Amino acid sequence: MHIVIIGNGIAGTNAARFIRKWSDYRITMISDETLHPFSRTALMYCYMGHVRQRDTQLYEAHFWAKNRIERLLDRVEQVDTTSKTLLLRQSGALHYDKLIIATGSTPNRPDWPGQELKGVQGLYHLQDLEGMEQLSQGLQHAVVVGGGLIGIEMAEMFLSRNIPVSMLVREHSYWGNVLPGPESAMINRHIIEHGIDLRLGTQLKAIEGDKQGRVHSVLTQNDKRIACQFVGLTTGVSPNINFLRRSGIELNKGVLVDEQLRSSAPDVFAIGDCAELRRPASGRRPIEAVWYTGRMMGQTVAATICGQETMYKPGIWFNSAKFFDIEYQVYGSVPAINPAGISSLYWEHPDGKKSIRINYESESLAVTGFNLMGIRYRHEVCEKWILEGRSIEAVLQQLSLANFDPEFYPKHEQELVSLYNRLEQRNVQLQTRRSLTMVQCYLKSKV
Amino acid sequence: MNQQASPSLSLSNPHPKGVNWQQKAALALFGIGLLILLFAWLGGQVWNPFQALLLALGLISGSAWWYARAEYGGKPAGIKNNAVMFRSLSNRGLWGWIAGVMISGFYICLYWYPETMKGLIEMFEAPSRALRGQAADQWFVYGSFYTLAVLLMGAKFIWKYRHNRYQVIRTVSVMFFQLIFSFLIPAFMQLMHQPEFYFTYFWPLKSEYLFPDKISYLTQKYTHLGVFLVFWGAVMSFIAVPVLTYFFGKRWYCSWVCGCGALAETAGDPFRTLSDKSLRAWRIERWLIHSVLVFIVLTTLLAWLNSWQQGAILGDLSQGFSKTYGFLIGSIFSGVIGTGFYPILGSRGWCRFGCPQAAILGIFQKYFSRFRITVNGGQCISCGNCSTYCEMGIDVKAYAQRGQDVVRASCVGCGICSAVCPRGVLRLENGADDVRERAQDARAFHIGEDGVKLNDH
Repeated sequence: MHIVIIGNGIAGTNAARFIRKWSDYRITMISDETLHPFSRTALMYCYMGHVRQRDTQLYEAHFWAKNRIERLLDRVEQVDTTSKTLLLRQSGALHYDKLIIATGSTPNRPDWPGQELKGVQGLYHLQDLEGMEQLSQGLQHAVVVGGGLIGIEMAEMFLSRNIPVSMLVREHSYWGNVLPGPESAMINRHIIEHGIDLRLGTQLKAIEGDKQGRVHSVLTQNDKRIACQFVGLTTGVSPNINFLRRSGIELNKGVLVDEQLRSSAPDVFAIGDCAELRRPASGRRPIEAVWYTGRMMGQTVAATICGQETMYKPGIWFNSAKFFDIEYQVYGSVPAINPAGISSLYWEHPDGKKSIRINYESESLAVTGFNLMGIRYRHEVCEKWILEGRSIEAVLQQLSLANFDPEFYPKHEQELVSLYNRLEQRNVQLQTRRSLTMVQCYLKSKV
Repeated sequence: MNQQASPSLSLSNPHPKGVNWQQKAALALFGIGLLILLFAWLGGQVWNPFQALLLALGLISGSAWWYARAEYGGKPAGIKNNAVMFRSLSNRGLWGWIAGVMISGFYICLYWYPETMKGLIEMFEAPSRALRGQAADQWFVYGSFYTLAVLLMGAKFIWKYRHNRYQVIRTVSVMFFQLIFSFLIPAFMQLMHQPEFYFTYFWPLKSEYLFPDKISYLTQKYTHLGVFLVFWGAVMSFIAVPVLTYFFGKRWYCSWVCGCGALAETAGDPFRTLSDKSLRAWRIERWLIHSVLVFIVLTTLLAWLNSWQQGAILGDLSQGFSKTYGFLIGSIFSGVIGTGFYPILGSRGWCRFGCPQAAILGIFQKYFSRFRITVNGGQCISCGNCSTYCEMGIDVKAYAQRGQDVVRASCVGCGICSAVCPRGVLRLENGADDVRERAQDARAFHIGEDGVKLNDH
């Protein structure tokens, strides 16, 4: 049995690792980006000089030979699902018994005038990083378009080399369609504190270039011009599936897959950013282009391929990021604006760089989500509280179990409990102290 | 902040991080301070050795403080690792090699050619008289520089990690133990005509504290105090080490108390990325450090056997072992290579590959300790910051990305992996409940793959 995986991002690599763990099938991983699977989310740290590119590789070089995972640096031109054959640009035909499509995303490029100019790019592939590296030489000013995770990363990258950055954000607050208002405002302040020229509610109208075809300025919708030699387009990503257009595999925005991550073609699976679930779990989107879902899909598809039919169940939503110096963690559902029937307990530190938000159902008081800024909470504990539908008051009593900040950090559980008591006219007492043993006790207990 | 990138002083830096005028001025003053010391070292006649020393150390301290302030002051607190991989000094570039050769050269002079340091030693005459009532020697000079480096670079480190209370408290602790227990107290004891004793070093790192000749010297010459000191050393070696390590891991010593750790955690901080993270290096580490442990245990046993037999059977064998150990391990490994090669091997070369104390602490940490680094559910993004900044060369990422808690003999619990993690994944913790199962592959409650049953395969 020959398993071929197109793409060696976290989804593809994790699939390969678990297929090897559970079987002796032949595994081939194809990528036209690099032979060495690496952490895409760490690209920024290479540019900033925090790590070397090799530090971001997922496994040491000997891992692949030892685990008999073959790697090909090549590009898949065509997929023939009837003869189960791939056509590769360099190595020609390659037969598969099972195919896993894990080709990830490409940065969106809406139709902005001038977006083909030299100096305009996104940040997704290793090659984008190399592009940024080259364009940084003598760069006077960079403009980043987009108020999301990649946009702020790009701004932080340039800042690390003392290159001035303007950030154009369409929304009226940073990541305003995801973060609740106060958290979003916190990040606005933090971006400005770092010296970024943050322009909220500002849309790009056109990118302008010189005679050599290099970008020299951008024009905003309100006709303001910003001189720059680099424009970063970070307005989201889309599934990287163009090479499948004529394959007969059913596509929508991504490769359509069922709960076992099977596509419409026999023995063809799709995982990660490029997969679009026909029936996503309730509250979840059909395409979730994040690291963690890619990793889980890789493991799920590996189990199915190795003979244990496994549904993709991503569980309680979680995600994390870091905005300059402020870490962000989210567990469960924390929308930008609470729907009817959901309440928030929101506490913010006086320094304006830390906050805790706990969402709960207004009627039943069951907690539904945690949003942390500048504070670390324990994933397992938050997840179990949400799964159990624990009431906000029970959670507050045991809040210390969730605390994952380093030792000696100031603890804010009491402040949160007091805030709740004041707002709700209740008398909840903080009962448990932070202790790993207590955490383990709780996590091992049956619901 | 919004300023042009300016060329820097680094030679091998393709993308300079701006070194501002304050830092340049500070570096210049630092250089002048060093030049004064070098001038005296080379036998130059200084008008007044003590005043020259004060001037030199004042310049060095003030400029180091100024440099750190210009580097970290006025910027929001947070992880400050920009351009670490581009800097010549911290990335085995030209400055790194120059620094490595200079520091190693200093150790070689110190151990084998102290007479070349006469001018330098003379500068320390007055403080040595005042602090310990004796003429200065090369060891006093060394101890002074060592302590100064820990204090200055410790202050810089605290500034760098001012947002992280664990780092601040830990660094204050190593600075305190270095200044008080490794510098002032031994000097004061000499001043009081008592033995020069280091309360924070014990067998096997300070192996002679359990050697028969040292014990008889202490107990005979200093009677009550001597007995107490021997008792102290034995209690630390055989009771404090296992007990404290059970509760807190080896960090209670290696990154909170130990003087070698103090230098590594402060002056060595810029070089922590240089430790080798490969599986091969881990293999070498285990062989080497345990060989040194066996070596010192043998040496100690032979010394006792010899003392008991009064040299009847073993003759000079025990002496030979002691001398070889002192030369190979004490001088070359811990000094010339361990510290001199900071800019090449990273800051913990000695602690990782050689220190017999670390070997013992490590065995306890691995098998009988509540300490581990826990991984926060499924939040790891494999970015590699934790492994890169691990001074002990542990591939932390390999654990974090599979949700396995880190239980490693070598971990000194410095907490930097947890600090640099951009997703809040790692936490240093002590838990009594599961000492035996801390190291198992995937924790029972590993997150996010509830659709996959790991155990069925």
